[in-house]
Amino acid sequence: MAEFRMPSLGADMEAGTLVEWLVKPGDKVKRGDIVAVVETQKGAIEIEIYQPGQVEEILVVPDSKVPVGTPLARIRSEGEAAAAQAAPIAPAVTTAAVPEGAPPAAQRPVPAMPEGRPAGRQASPAARRLAQMHRLDLSAIRGSGPGGAIVIADVERSLGGPPVQAEKKRAIGLDLDAMRTAIAAAMARSKREIPHYYLQHQVDVTPCEEWLEKANAVRPPSERLLMGALAIKSVALAARRFPAFNGFYQGGRYEPSTAVHTGVAIAIRGGGLAAPALRDAERLSLDELMSRLRDLVQRARGGRLRSSEIADSTITVSSLGERGVEALYGIIYPPQVALVGLGKAVRRPWVVDGAIVPRSIVTITLSADHRVSDGHAGALFLAGIGRLLQEPDKL
Amino acid sequence: MNEDEIRNILQEELGNIAPEMDLQKLDPSADLREALDIDSIDFLNFVTALHHRLGIDVPELDYPKLFTLDGAVNYLASRLKRANG
Repeated sequence: MAEFRMPSLGADMEAGTLVEWLVKPGDKVKRGDIVAVVETQKGAIEIEIYQPGQVEEILVVPDSKVPVGTPLARIRSEGEAAAAQAAPIAPAVTTAAVPEGAPPAAQRPVPAMPEGRPAGRQASPAARRLAQMHRLDLSAIRGSGPGGAIVIADVERSLGGPPVQAEKKRAIGLDLDAMRTAIAAAMARSKREIPHYYLQHQVDVTPCEEWLEKANAVRPPSERLLMGALAIKSVALAARRFPAFNGFYQGGRYEPSTAVHTGVAIAIRGGGLAAPALRDAERLSLDELMSRLRDLVQRARGGRLRSSEIADSTITVSSLGERGVEALYGIIYPPQVALVGLGKAVRRPWVVDGAIVPRSIVTITLSADHRVSDGHAGALFLAGIGRLLQEPDKL
Repeated sequence: MNEDEIRNILQEELGNIAPEMDLQKLDPSADLREALDIDSIDFLNFVTALHHRLGIDVPELDYPKLFTLDGAVNYLASRLKRANG
């Protein structure tokens, strides 16, 4: 029997509030399944499970705040005998009554509510928040989600139609004040503990711009690529070759990571910042990377990231995009040891083959941990990123 | 589709990107990227949404024509007219 515990989603997290179970006793789970939603300072996080098996028992009811490491559920590994008290699930009974073509969620039996929790109050974080904002009693609302869960549309209905848009969008699982507190804690710790050094390098990105223009001319908007995707891929490829910038410094020693999960700094409207991981970025094609990036940005801004995206970044990339300024000097997100910053591209006179020509120049910066690497290695790493950007067709 | 209908669709899609902004107060000649703090991914999402809703695929070269609300209304109206005429 394995225990599924409240995960640590960053060095600064002590406890989390379990807001929603997405599985119930009897459900089969496999590695990577999203099984629960936990509210943290970073917003509502979808929690993945890493022990495959069957959910035996739910140990923590929704709305409970518990410390990191607390067992949340018991998981029976495959082949393990069922405990005597495990109630068998009989979906056949309900299936018969459901007309064909109904959504599969409706065919599942309503999840058994843990004891002490009033039935019919399962609600998504967004719905919960919106109801709270309007002081609505959730138990008075009829849920239309899976297993009768209350979703945001149900709350809106009971408010008498969709509320003002600003309110609706603000309601999603993001608390900017809490997020600021989390940023403050992580950044203060970084500046206290990490001896940063900084390097900068000017890179001609005209080859990237020309390549993107050509590639995007024949693509519909939904498949177009952005400079940011090329930058992330280049950093990820370079990070694999320079392990001193890709890993974690913990307990007084550095452990390089074999995988490259690039944290992507994403500005949250209204003054927030998240840096979720784009996992295995160096192995993704540019198309895959771009669609993952769009998805990640959307979910970060909607306050719906996954646990593996919150805790796993091995290096961070911060790109200012087309507006903003020419260079940024980032603060490393502990326990990582490096952050690569990209300023906006500017047209500059540049010497190419002895002639002065207008080119697009990006200033790339590196903030790195001097306990782990020196400026010399940092310079090679930055120059490596610059070289990769000269041949975008090979990314 | 007339210009008012196009303007409504534009405001709706911009509202999805920048929900906290009061779009009624948006200066129709202001640069949307500055006025609404829209980054390159937001802008790509905006163009993608217009493609889905109006069937108009705006090439990258024409992006600058969408930088203001008035400019976008004019551009999309003429593209729709051409498509239907």
